[in-house]
Amino acid sequence: MPEGATAADGMSASASPPAGETAMGEFARRLRTNSEYFAIPLFALIVAAMLFSLFLLTIGKSPVDFVSYVWRGGFGSAFSFQNTLQRSAPLILSALAVAIPARIGLIMIGGEGALVLGGFAAAAVATPLVGALPPLPTLAIMFVVAALVGAVWVGIAGYLRYARGVNETIASLLLTYIGVAIMNFFVEGALRDITNPNKPSTKPIGEAYMVGKIPGTEVHWGFAVGIALAVVLHLLMTRTTFGFAARITGGNFRAALAQGLPVGKIIVACAMIAGACAGIAGFYEVAAIQGRANASLAAGYGFTGILVSFLARHNPLAIVPVAILFGGLVASGGLIQRRMEMPDATVLVLQGLIFIVLLVSDTLYGRFAFFRAGEQKERT
Amino acid sequence: MSGAVAIVLVAMLGGAIRVSTPFMFVALGECLTEKSGRVNLGQEGTLVLGAMVGYAISYHTGSPWVGVFAAGLAGSALGAMHGAICRLPRVNDVAVGIAMMLFGTGVAFFFGKPYIQPTAPRLGSIPFGAFSDNANLRSALDVNPLFFVGIVIALAMAWAFRNTRWGLTVRTVGDSAAAARAMGISVDLVRFLATAGGGFLAGIGGAFLSLSYPGSWNQGLSSGQGLMAVALVIFARWSPLRCVLAALLFGGAGAIGPALQSVGVTQGYYFFNAAPYILTLVIMIATSSATRSARDMPGELSMVK
Repeated sequence: MPEGATAADGMSASASPPAGETAMGEFARRLRTNSEYFAIPLFALIVAAMLFSLFLLTIGKSPVDFVSYVWRGGFGSAFSFQNTLQRSAPLILSALAVAIPARIGLIMIGGEGALVLGGFAAAAVATPLVGALPPLPTLAIMFVVAALVGAVWVGIAGYLRYARGVNETIASLLLTYIGVAIMNFFVEGALRDITNPNKPSTKPIGEAYMVGKIPGTEVHWGFAVGIALAVVLHLLMTRTTFGFAARITGGNFRAALAQGLPVGKIIVACAMIAGACAGIAGFYEVAAIQGRANASLAAGYGFTGILVSFLARHNPLAIVPVAILFGGLVASGGLIQRRMEMPDATVLVLQGLIFIVLLVSDTLYGRFAFFRAGEQKERT
Repeated sequence: MSGAVAIVLVAMLGGAIRVSTPFMFVALGECLTEKSGRVNLGQEGTLVLGAMVGYAISYHTGSPWVGVFAAGLAGSALGAMHGAICRLPRVNDVAVGIAMMLFGTGVAFFFGKPYIQPTAPRLGSIPFGAFSDNANLRSALDVNPLFFVGIVIALAMAWAFRNTRWGLTVRTVGDSAAAARAMGISVDLVRFLATAGGGFLAGIGGAFLSLSYPGSWNQGLSSGQGLMAVALVIFARWSPLRCVLAALLFGGAGAIGPALQSVGVTQGYYFFNAAPYILTLVIMIATSSATRSARDMPGELSMVK
């Protein structure tokens, strides 16, 4: 990029790097450039919060109360914070299910379906195993089955995208509806626990077979596994040849084809990784929280996960803190509902608002000279 | 046995007409939007919001038709939001659609909570089956006037796309934004209006859900009809008339489950519930291609490769 271009679009007087560049200066410059990806989403969150406050004021509720209940319900005490972490586990995993395909330029939103089916498959495979096998191998089988079922489910959307050019966003959402219908079919039919007259469910896997808590906490292992997967997938996408090939595919499909990259395999593999993450989320919902599969598996974690991934700019590491933030919001939903006498959809309104403001903020990238200060160096 | 088959077929016919109406309105709205070169995946949210607003306004004013109109206005508000946001540079219209889906549903559930219990005046139907003694046939042929409104709109749209300056403008914007700009057309304005208009129609489709069939407001009212209608537009190759036919096909598929239930076949209820989704997916697979663009697709459309 020639000097003139930078000077023309950015008023960046400090842009020209001094000859004796220090490592520290280089680091500061990078920090400054990358901080755009932190500052703009944060700004979007603040704007969304302000709009939501206005919304609350117009319907006669207090935004201050709202914030204090979110704090108390999600973060204020050790108990509520552990509850938040518990709820952020499926959010991390279903956000990863959006982030990985997003890296290759696909908007896949089938996490909810893979979560539901994965959880259901785990419960279904556990039914004959409980009592026949000890807990640990049973859980291992459930885990693998859930991941596989989820992988296949979203993998279908990936395959259809590559082989038939089917729009992956619509296909993955359709698969979600189909997945929920499949679970309902079995839960109300062949696999229904007839001893439980209240809510159609599979047989409970039993206390002894449930996934335990992380020692010293009330948080189940799904949270740790979510973080571990986020780290592993971050390394996979940034430090391996597979991740490199995936990034090329996402950046320029035709160039990837011309390079002879196995584009089809990469697309299907990314979709399957995504599905496996969501399936694992379903496994933990069944094996650590519910103990059985029923309609409450479709609690909307998959949809909140979409927002989490977008807010984290599809960066696996950034997903973790964002998921914890939204886990707190979800966890405080009940308290807000009771104390402020607002419908449970309040959280949905807030999420929709954040999502819209966030997408609007996409137009701000590259418009501030401040973040452009270090760019010239990077481009050479 | 043949009696049961007849009952199922008649129930499917009636069901196809009833179930297809919301599909038809959303598909026509989306057809208008996509003809201008933009995709609004948020129609699912528009449908739900339209259903809630239509029901609430019908309850407060006592007039279901005022409710229908209000639902259209609410839908066009969401459409206008989508249209205004997508004109910004570097904003992805598919992602905005997902956000609008969440937002529309959230707003509808939020304000719709008090309307789950009370009963609002519904839209009346025209009893085309009055000649028959057969109760099943009579109930199948009770057709809501909105069904015909939809067909009239489809005819009008098909005519307007071919024969009017407005139609040409929308098609030009959808096929080549550069050409439209060269002609002095404001691309953003046309797309904004097309998205708002598309939202209006989708909102009416929602009002049909809550005011005619199934005919009440609750949170499970729409499960993906708005999304399926978007897929249906691809299948209908962006033709308003084919949108009507495709909607009838989908209506028939959606009516299989309830029709079988009416003769006591309850097995596979969930499978038949899933039938429309599966049909949509199969149709999308059949009509898409990895190498070619879809036939008759507006050139500016980013959704289908």
